[in-house]
Amino acid sequence: MNLSLVALIPFVGAILVASISSLGRLHAAWGACTVTLLALAFLYPMIADVFSGQIIIQRFSWIPMLGLDIVFRLDGLGLLFALMILGIGLLIILYARYYLSERDDMGRFFAYLLIFMGSMLGIVLSENIIQLLIFWELTSLSSFLLISYWQHRQESRSGARMALAVTGGGGLALLGGFLLLGEICGSYDLSVILASGDSIRAHALYLPTLILVLLGAFTKSAQFPFHFWLPNAMAAPTPVSAYLHSATMVKAGVFLLARFFPALSGTPEWFWLVCTTGLTTLLVAAYIAMFKHDLKGLLAYSTISHLGLITLLFGMGTPLAAVAGVFHIINHAIFKASLFMAAGIIDHEAGTRDMRRLRGLWKFMPHTALLAMVAAASMAGVPLFNGFLSKEMFFAETLHHANQPWGWLMPAAATLAGIFAVAYSLRFIHTVFFSGEPVDLPKTPHEPPRWMKVPVEILVGLCLLVGILPALTVEPILVVAAAGVLQGPVPDHDLAIWHGFNPALWMSIIALSGGILIYLARRPLSALHDRFVDRIEFKSLYNYLLSQLFKVSSYITYLLNSNSLQQMLFVFMIFILMLGLAGFNESASALTGDRALLPMDGVSILVTLILVIAAIGAVILHRQRLVSLILMGAVGLGVSLVFIKFSAPDLALTQLSVEVVTIVLMLLALYFLPQYSPLESGNYIRSRDVMIATAAGLGVSLLVWAILTRPYHSIADYFLSNSVPGGGGTNVVNVILVDFRGYDTLGEITVLALAGLGIYAMLHQLKLSGSEQDSEGQTWDRDLHPVIMASFVRLLLPLALLVSVYILLRGHNLPGGGFIAGLITAVALIMQYLANGVTWAHTRLSVDMHNVIGAGIFIAALTGLASWFFDHPFLTSTFSYLHWPIIGEFELASAMIFDLGVYLVVVGTTLLILIHLGLVHKESHLTNVRKRIR
Amino acid sequence: MEALVAILIGTLTACGVYLALRGRTFPVVLGLTFLSYAVNLFLLVMGRLTVGKPPIIVEGVTEYADPLPQALVLTAIVISFAMTAFVIVLSLKAHLEMGNDHVDGKHKP
Repeated sequence: MNLSLVALIPFVGAILVASISSLGRLHAAWGACTVTLLALAFLYPMIADVFSGQIIIQRFSWIPMLGLDIVFRLDGLGLLFALMILGIGLLIILYARYYLSERDDMGRFFAYLLIFMGSMLGIVLSENIIQLLIFWELTSLSSFLLISYWQHRQESRSGARMALAVTGGGGLALLGGFLLLGEICGSYDLSVILASGDSIRAHALYLPTLILVLLGAFTKSAQFPFHFWLPNAMAAPTPVSAYLHSATMVKAGVFLLARFFPALSGTPEWFWLVCTTGLTTLLVAAYIAMFKHDLKGLLAYSTISHLGLITLLFGMGTPLAAVAGVFHIINHAIFKASLFMAAGIIDHEAGTRDMRRLRGLWKFMPHTALLAMVAAASMAGVPLFNGFLSKEMFFAETLHHANQPWGWLMPAAATLAGIFAVAYSLRFIHTVFFSGEPVDLPKTPHEPPRWMKVPVEILVGLCLLVGILPALTVEPILVVAAAGVLQGPVPDHDLAIWHGFNPALWMSIIALSGGILIYLARRPLSALHDRFVDRIEFKSLYNYLLSQLFKVSSYITYLLNSNSLQQMLFVFMIFILMLGLAGFNESASALTGDRALLPMDGVSILVTLILVIAAIGAVILHRQRLVSLILMGAVGLGVSLVFIKFSAPDLALTQLSVEVVTIVLMLLALYFLPQYSPLESGNYIRSRDVMIATAAGLGVSLLVWAILTRPYHSIADYFLSNSVPGGGGTNVVNVILVDFRGYDTLGEITVLALAGLGIYAMLHQLKLSGSEQDSEGQTWDRDLHPVIMASFVRLLLPLALLVSVYILLRGHNLPGGGFIAGLITAVALIMQYLANGVTWAHTRLSVDMHNVIGAGIFIAALTGLASWFFDHPFLTSTFSYLHWPIIGEFELASAMIFDLGVYLVVVGTTLLILIHLGLVHKESHLTNVRKRIR
Repeated sequence: MEALVAILIGTLTACGVYLALRGRTFPVVLGLTFLSYAVNLFLLVMGRLTVGKPPIIVEGVTEYADPLPQALVLTAIVISFAMTAFVIVLSLKAHLEMGNDHVDGKHKP
């Protein structure tokens, strides 16, 4: 089973598509098509299993102790959505290939689209809900990129930001809800959560959980009062609107309602929250849609309204309503995507979306008009089209509550919304294609290219097929998807066009005739609407809240930040000192514990004395920067002696090599900085600081003394006894780094790499001329590369490299390892730069250090991933012993490959930093070597 | 021996704190380096002082220094190098952009 691949292929495809788009304009479109077809091909063999009632689950262990696994799940509901995402996605790609103009970057568009497709598939195919949430946030991010695709337009950028703020905020709420669900059920697996619906509903945290999950669903599905982002997201290219804002992303919210239906529904809280929201959205949005002049604005509000309808159906909580909800999800995706595409064609060929100017297009584009009419009829709920069937089911469901007090409200509101839907559908068709002549169009409209209409034709064909022959077409997938929603048997339902003269049919008839009446009276109604209702703008409320938020946060920053590092650090130090003092005061025990002390010896006293003198000397002479730096280097070397003394050979080696690199780096930087610090603070400030420093030093000394004289219990025994049998190495420190705590090390080398890249970004394209004289006013020696040093260092290089390889290989068993070996290699190479000059060294070392860093992280991460293929958790290591001739017994551990990654990152980062700091100097560019070094 | 270590770490901390409170970037960077020496030593000796017992498994030997603080400190050394490098380059950049190397980017009158 390759379920995970279905969701992951689009992500890999996105990278491929972005890279092949430079070869030709259409490559990206064909590439995106191929990727989608490939994902479909991987999904195809599993379809039969799902139809036979299986739930396919594919699991990868990640952090099993925390319940975090990467798990994919395919059931009926997931299959329906996956088919919709891939099927409609394919049509959208074909459509977008004609929609985008010469000026648009196809590669970027299709890469974003594929990332979105993958994220969406990830949502519907996730079994672990935390993983679901990650994909959920990915859809928010990729939709941000897609909405702002035309980055030069202000409305695109603000629309995208608003969509991200609203859906991203909902995502945070959803995370809270999911964490609570995980707490209640003791598992993040959907199977467990869906099976423990009763205990969830009985739990004290049910209501907060429900509200948080619903916030996530409602923001994503643009439910009232979070609906305002969707119309503003219409600044996106129309293929994006058709895909994200009708068929897929906004359906993620109702997908969530469907997914958690067995776990959360069936309580009064669910009924009232979901039904009220759905009903309000249904009515309000349908009403607004009638008066929108923008073609896509009308469709956007109609989408919100239909999402409200679906929400309402799930809110009712009955199995049959859930079936109707799933059915309407399918139907709406089909007719709304085709309507958006038709609107895009009109916009594309007529140059405007304003319905006050679009008139009488029937004679210019009859074929498109016909397609739009079918889709609009389906949206209005006209018999023989698919929208009629699910709307009929919806009407019938609203009547179930008719005998309760106020029970008439729901069918009445449903009928009213039906009337509005008919009115705006009629407006879409009649105004645009008939009713007079076009008003002042930028272009003379004509039919679009043949293939641009094909996706619309396919969808419109489906509208008719489902509408006329529901039992033959949609019934099987509907049943299997509804079974996925209900996690149980599907109730009896009858997908037929004719059910006799029942109340639902009467509601439909009222809706159709009422809609026509409203459309006829549209002029006075529209004037009334413009006068009163149009003033209420949620967008301005949102902007107001946003600006208030900015004000509050800048006020808080103003309160806390004095804009002076010295003052802030002063306050910080005083605070820490007070904390420490409080700790000492409250403790009742004696300062000195009862652990036996180690004897002092002469050498230790001498080394401590030297270190203390050097450190204090560095402080006293700190205004002479070079002297102070050299004294600091002496302290650093002394610290490595302390490491040796206290049984830490690995640390001593690391400290020694880091010290060399640090001093070289600081010397280079100092070259470009002033050589002296001016006397800045007065006597008062300085004596104040001396007091603070003394107090801090005294506090730390006492703390160390108190700790060192007390016995303690360590968890070291575990590492000491498992290092050889478990990790296969005798150097316990190295085994901890690359094996027991390999995950930490992976994080650490990533930080290291990021620091290197950050420094590169700061130094990139910086050119300086350093001073010609040293601090005493003497001119620098112009002999840059003394011959003896240059030759000697060249001779040293192979030896140094040999040593570093030796240190790397033995690291698992003796002091050494990736960090130390990497630093030694870096020092050896930097010596070449120092002694022979940048030009000389660069012509011989033309490796791009970015690639070295990337390769290092890649290798380290890959070692971790490799353990998955042997069904072990991430970063499990393995080892065995090989017998090599001459060399003898040789150990081969996967952790050593990990260490190789560490080595590469350390070499790459150190060299990247130092080389680029050296390159800042103008004279490094005498032969224009920079071009080759990126 | 414990007293020597306590004095050493205390002195390094005091030097680091004093330098970090200075008004120019270069001494502040030196101060941070001193502080990282102090912190690294502090972390190491949390495993208590052990002389001549490196944590490298040899058959027949049962007593070793605590390897866990050592592993922590090893990465801490490398990370503090990265931090020092970042801060010194940042101060270099600030010096260029603002024409002085005051920590707040301004000359006091």
